[in-house]
Amino acid sequence: MNQPRRPQILVTGAAGALAQRVINRLKETCDLVAVDFREQVYLGDDVPTYCIDFNKRGFEDLYRRYDFDGVIHLGRIMSSQETRMRRYNANVLGSQRMLDLCHKYGISRVVILSTYHVYGAVAYNPALIDEDAPLKAVGLSMDLIDSVELENLANIYLWRFPDLNITILRPCNIVGPGVRNSISRLLASNRAPVLAGFSPMMQFIHIDDMADAIVLAYHKKQKGIFNVAPDDWVAYQHALELCGCKRMPILSIPPVVPKLILKALRLKSFPPYLMSFFKYPVIIDGRLFAQTFDFKPKRSLKEILRFYRENKRPI
Amino acid sequence: MSLGSFIKSKLVPASLDEQIDRIRKPIGSLGYDPWGYNSEVTKVGFGITRQLYEKYFRVHTEGVEKVPAEGPVLIVANHSGQLPLDGLLIGYALAAREHRPRMPRAMIERFFPTVPYLGNLLNEMGAVLGDPTNCAKMLANNEAVVVFPEGIRGSGKPYADRYQLKRFGNGFMHLAMKYNAPIVPVGVVGCEETIPAITNIKPLARMLGLPYAPVALPVVFPAKVHLNFGDPLIFDNDDIPEELVAERVERVKAAISELIDKGLHDRKRLF
Repeated sequence: MNQPRRPQILVTGAAGALAQRVINRLKETCDLVAVDFREQVYLGDDVPTYCIDFNKRGFEDLYRRYDFDGVIHLGRIMSSQETRMRRYNANVLGSQRMLDLCHKYGISRVVILSTYHVYGAVAYNPALIDEDAPLKAVGLSMDLIDSVELENLANIYLWRFPDLNITILRPCNIVGPGVRNSISRLLASNRAPVLAGFSPMMQFIHIDDMADAIVLAYHKKQKGIFNVAPDDWVAYQHALELCGCKRMPILSIPPVVPKLILKALRLKSFPPYLMSFFKYPVIIDGRLFAQTFDFKPKRSLKEILRFYRENKRPI
Repeated sequence: MSLGSFIKSKLVPASLDEQIDRIRKPIGSLGYDPWGYNSEVTKVGFGITRQLYEKYFRVHTEGVEKVPAEGPVLIVANHSGQLPLDGLLIGYALAAREHRPRMPRAMIERFFPTVPYLGNLLNEMGAVLGDPTNCAKMLANNEAVVVFPEGIRGSGKPYADRYQLKRFGNGFMHLAMKYNAPIVPVGVVGCEETIPAITNIKPLARMLGLPYAPVALPVVFPAKVHLNFGDPLIFDNDDIPEELVAERVERVKAAISELIDKGLHDRKRLF
């Protein structure tokens, strides 16, 4: 008897905790290939993994060797990693190459992970930012340019090649076990810097919920841009308190003072270019995604913060 | 007992605590809403405001029952007195009303979020950055929103211009029409006398990044405040040119002007 062909999916960013969770959810029903340009990882005998740079010629061989139906692009280098130039090469040029190959090899589904950072933290931000709001992050820092450029690029491909069915997800802060981004490091630490007198509202999504969201998005061919965030909010300093984190206030005005202090401290978890995200809120409206993909996060905010309280330095 | 709960126990009597709990707000599991409103901080804030409202400014309120008990509503008032005390007092009047209280949201100047401590405190007590998107989302959320269409033109004016309504923006009317929100006009009398300013030093304000720099005594005078709520005005959502929208705005302005005159007429003395 002929077995129906299982869909083949390329997942990028394989070394990250999120990609591994997505792979675990999909491997029962799909054939997966995982790539990462940072390191070689082992994800079990049934998931071939490759350590490869998207800009290298060998990357195309993957498309030749496997007959991919879809791509889940989670391999964006975060703004706290690498140099600006390397990030630009990987996030913008690498992603462009990947999208070109997707078009060349007739791939019919692409999910791209972006970030809420693209909206930029400015004092005049309204709350519950919609997907069509302007991306103000470039005006704040050169270090967020690659994130915004990746979005612009994905947007161009979204309209130019509708057959790719591109969906761009802009999640709020992804946190939880194994997450290595800057906010997760902060919540996991014993002491965290705060800007005196500023405690912006924040949203957190559990890594398992985010993995569920990506899987849902992949299965429903609804192209477009979507914010992903639960309907729950907490002030940054209150979140730290609930995580059992001591707050270290940094003089916040005039703005040049905290910038100089943070430059001198060189904290990976609190880089100076993300400073405004700890000053002004960027609250996104995740209702469109929730309605379109029938998504409801399962892990509560209290549960997320309790995890950090009970697991100091879980990484 | 921690310092926070001690202050709360002193400032927030059980009745006020209950009153605020009675007002249902769409908040998340940790007591916050997307704009930063926090019910616990609001209780302390209202404990303090109650003292100001009842003892310091001895506010006389008329017609607060005219604000609809549910659904989107815009409460539009004249702005005066350098500090946003008028918004605070209107908010308290509505939250403390006996029958079906509401917790209105005040739209505040764009300058406040940049001020440490104060910006957050205002947000936690329900004030929101005066952005049309914020106002629209709140009306869609069935909130009561306090708007001062004069903006800093009203609050920053010198004492010599007291009770003169400055130019109203049209934004609030567009939102009221779109979201089918009744407009309740409010005439505030008394706030002009709380911080009388001789003039506004514009270059100093520019230098400091402030909306205005008034020359005034560093005292808030205990002027008696009169709040007069008018009948709700309802406008349809017809596709009309901007001049007609401006005419509607003028109608609201005229209603507020009448309410101010009533307040001034009722006022027996300044303090």
